[in-house]
Amino acid sequence: MNTTLRRLSTVVMAMFLVLMVSTTWIQYVQAGDLNDDGRNVRKIYRDLGAARGPIVVGEDNAVVSVPVDDNYGRQRVYADGDENIAKMYAPITGFFAVNGNTAGLERSANDYLSGRADSLWLDQLQNLITGQEAAGSSVDTTIDPKVQKAAWDALGDYTGAAVALDPKTGAILAMVSKPSYDPNSLAVHSGGEVNETYQNLANSKPQINTSDGSEQYSPYSVLNNRTIEATYPPGSTFKIFTSAAAIESGEFTPDSEVPAPNGYELTNTSTPIANFGGYDCVAGQTEITLADALRTSCNSSYLWLGGEVGADGMRDMFEDFRFDEGLEVPMSTVAGSYPGLGNDDPDSIDRIELSGMGQGDVRLTPLQVAMLSATVANGGTEMEPYLIESIRDSDLEVVEKTNPSTLANPISSSTADALREMMIGVVEDGSGTNAQIPNVSVAGKTGTAENGNNRQPTLWFTGFAPADDPQVAVAVVLENAGSSTEDTASGTLAAPVAKAILEAAIN
Amino acid sequence: MSMLSEKRPHGMQDAIQPEENAPSRAAEAVMLVIALALGLGGLAMVGYSIDDRLPDGFWTNALVLTALSLTAHIVLRIRAPYADQVILPAVMLLNTMSLAMITRLEMDDMTGADAGRHLMWTSLGIVVACVVLLVLRDHRVLRRYTYTVMVLALVLVVLPLIPGLGREINGARIWIYFAGFSLQPAEFAKILFAVFFAGYLVANRDTLALAGKKVLGLQLPRLRDLGPILVVWAVSLMVLVGQKDLGTSLLFFGLFVGMLYLATERGGWVAIGLSMFVVGAFAAWTMFGHVQRRVTIWLDPLDPELYEAVGGSFQVVQGMFGMAFGGMFGAGWGEGYSSRIPFAFSDMIYAAFGEELGLTGLLAILLVYLVIVQRGLRAAIGVRDGFGKLLAGGLAFVMALQLFVVVGGITRVIPLTGLTLPFMAQGGSSLLANWIVIALLLRTSDAARRPSSLPTRGQLAGPAPTPVGHPGAGGAIEVGPGASRQDREAARQSMPSPSDEMTQMQAPIRYDGGDQA
Repeated sequence: MNTTLRRLSTVVMAMFLVLMVSTTWIQYVQAGDLNDDGRNVRKIYRDLGAARGPIVVGEDNAVVSVPVDDNYGRQRVYADGDENIAKMYAPITGFFAVNGNTAGLERSANDYLSGRADSLWLDQLQNLITGQEAAGSSVDTTIDPKVQKAAWDALGDYTGAAVALDPKTGAILAMVSKPSYDPNSLAVHSGGEVNETYQNLANSKPQINTSDGSEQYSPYSVLNNRTIEATYPPGSTFKIFTSAAAIESGEFTPDSEVPAPNGYELTNTSTPIANFGGYDCVAGQTEITLADALRTSCNSSYLWLGGEVGADGMRDMFEDFRFDEGLEVPMSTVAGSYPGLGNDDPDSIDRIELSGMGQGDVRLTPLQVAMLSATVANGGTEMEPYLIESIRDSDLEVVEKTNPSTLANPISSSTADALREMMIGVVEDGSGTNAQIPNVSVAGKTGTAENGNNRQPTLWFTGFAPADDPQVAVAVVLENAGSSTEDTASGTLAAPVAKAILEAAIN
Repeated sequence: MSMLSEKRPHGMQDAIQPEENAPSRAAEAVMLVIALALGLGGLAMVGYSIDDRLPDGFWTNALVLTALSLTAHIVLRIRAPYADQVILPAVMLLNTMSLAMITRLEMDDMTGADAGRHLMWTSLGIVVACVVLLVLRDHRVLRRYTYTVMVLALVLVVLPLIPGLGREINGARIWIYFAGFSLQPAEFAKILFAVFFAGYLVANRDTLALAGKKVLGLQLPRLRDLGPILVVWAVSLMVLVGQKDLGTSLLFFGLFVGMLYLATERGGWVAIGLSMFVVGAFAAWTMFGHVQRRVTIWLDPLDPELYEAVGGSFQVVQGMFGMAFGGMFGAGWGEGYSSRIPFAFSDMIYAAFGEELGLTGLLAILLVYLVIVQRGLRAAIGVRDGFGKLLAGGLAFVMALQLFVVVGGITRVIPLTGLTLPFMAQGGSSLLANWIVIALLLRTSDAARRPSSLPTRGQLAGPAPTPVGHPGAGGAIEVGPGASRQDREAARQSMPSPSDEMTQMQAPIRYDGGDQA
């Protein structure tokens, strides 16, 4: 029997080998997928229970984890529990809910906050040896609390967004989205309560102003960060882009004469597009300079110009600005859209003409509009926008620092200089006079975008200041805030908001 | 008989003075200390990581476990001094680690986790194992009860099916309840089956192996010899169908096929046995919804519908989540969320260990089990009588098989079943039965390693042991080197009567040295 016993012993070995392999399979090979499974709450438990790092704004902690006596061990507290400040920073901080929903930096910087990022390996090794509990890193943001506050206050009760950039680095100085939510309401340690609150917030979409009184709602909920997750037709702010494309083509200068009829019929259509209010752009002139066209936001000129630059020129410029891509700031931003790019829109010239004034199928996020201004401000070099200034480990030592990097060079510095002068004209003596700041030269552009379906127009302002040495570039959008009776609505309503932000950033 | 030609253990030919050779079991003592340190260390870490202090009853645990280890060690020194020194520490390690884990789950207020009961059953298990070692001085005595044991085993298997007595828990009807106690009879039945198979096969192995036609190179048995095998096949299928438990039926059937192979050395038996089981299992799968459900869950546990379904894959998937979270090195004692795994204290304790100790910990645990099983098989190889070989081989194999069924179920090698991990899962029956298995393995290994040279004439070696029971009634017979001449004489005289089935075999009790004398 000893032969069979030895054989049986081999069989037993084989059985154990099978078990070792199957155990390894689950714990090593499949582990990643299983840990990422939405039904596995362990990761959230661990991330919440760990000494999660704070998110720092200026000198203050926008989010901290405080120890509590429950299953999770720690509670995320936003802005010391102050609802208004928490709401102000909500698009930046995001939230970290026990049901697995996360947003903002809480989501995008999770590896740092939970202390599991690769760059923290030295810390991790230290903890392993000393047996210390792994502590998350602190995420220091580029947000300037002063600018953030100014933007938050200036936006008031509007539905909309504002974003401010340092044009020289791409650092995001302010990021406001309204209406907002209190992340503390999603940080409670009750799955049921969180689910309910989350559903309510996700369904909470602000009502839109309509010209006929019909009941319509914004496609974006309060949980959406409107600066990077929402796209709008850029309207006349896109005229900066069209001008850039025209000048870059080499066929136009700010002094080039462009047609400025009192209305423009799109090629191959019978659709006449009127100028604002149906007036001449410059009274009594049918041809004006490109600079005047921008200053007066002359629709007919830009419809014509869009066609002149053409589909290829416009699209190339759109791609040069990298507007057709999403970015990581580190939150994911959505890409903009342009007719014929990334979709199978008909390649008809009238769509291109319409895009010349930022209508039709062009859509951009407020961040992209701000990047447009910032690129002009920075002499044609488009900086990559970023929100994380540095990462500090639990001993407050800087382990990672963001180095500003160039995203693209879409326009030459001479084109940028030309556009700068044109944009100064807009604020000095054009549609954007309400953005003037005493003793500071401001460059900017208004925008009033039609949305169709009887929805009131979306109002824009983008610009930078000081024009000669730009410290801040800004974009403000007021969702469906215009009214048909106010032809200069964007200048009246959006420009003052931008002005407040620019002022806060300069002083 | 192959046993005659077997090599003797090294050094056997020398005239060894038994008392010089009797091991001090120092190795065992040292390993026991290490095992206790690991287990109690885990217990302490559990407390510190959850409550920042030693868990309640830490010192009681430490004291009780140390006392129990010491007792078992002393009993072995006295009653089985030659027994394998690795088995007891290995089992103690597993048992104390499980105590730490169950304490940890209890500290998380997990319903059902009861470390106090676990300690109580552990104590009882060790005490019973000691009693077995004290009372059963020679494993061959068990052979006398071959058929009594079979009847008992069958009764135990059928018990859960009796209305009012048996109870269905989590879909499997493998429990019986009476007078406030619950019992998993299959755990005890597996020991009885091993004893029965060993007795039956050692008597009939030649008939089974040699009588019969050869078909396609396979030596097939005669139909009339198939009887007991068919009974076991029927019983295990009955378990599968009536008790809805694939694990237990696989356990019984695998045990029998394995032992049959051991005894007959015929691969054909294994082929027949396995194909019969596959046929039966397939029939059960086509006929019964619960079997199909288990298989569906096994194939795709992550399916959202199955996950949500009542009696669906939630349990398996939670176990997988826990293990995945543990990863390579585990979350650490008390640092995981293992109380979220259903039945983390019993059926799923393997997954709980995976979460807290990681892949490294689980592989270590598997290796400890492997050591126990291989040491059991080693004892079977070393022991000189056929019954002992079959018994030890069978018991060791059934432990390996049980581990395969449990761990295989959790790690999705086979569908999940209701068996428990020996020495780790909380549950009285399992602990008690498996400690008895260990006692039997230790007893066999003692017989296997005991040098059988005669003591020097006139010398009474060691503390003269007294036989338990009286020889005529079939009590235990001391056959070791410490035995007096009278004892050995008594042993000779108490050999089975000619009517015993053993007569066709060699005498069950042989002295290696006696042959030389």
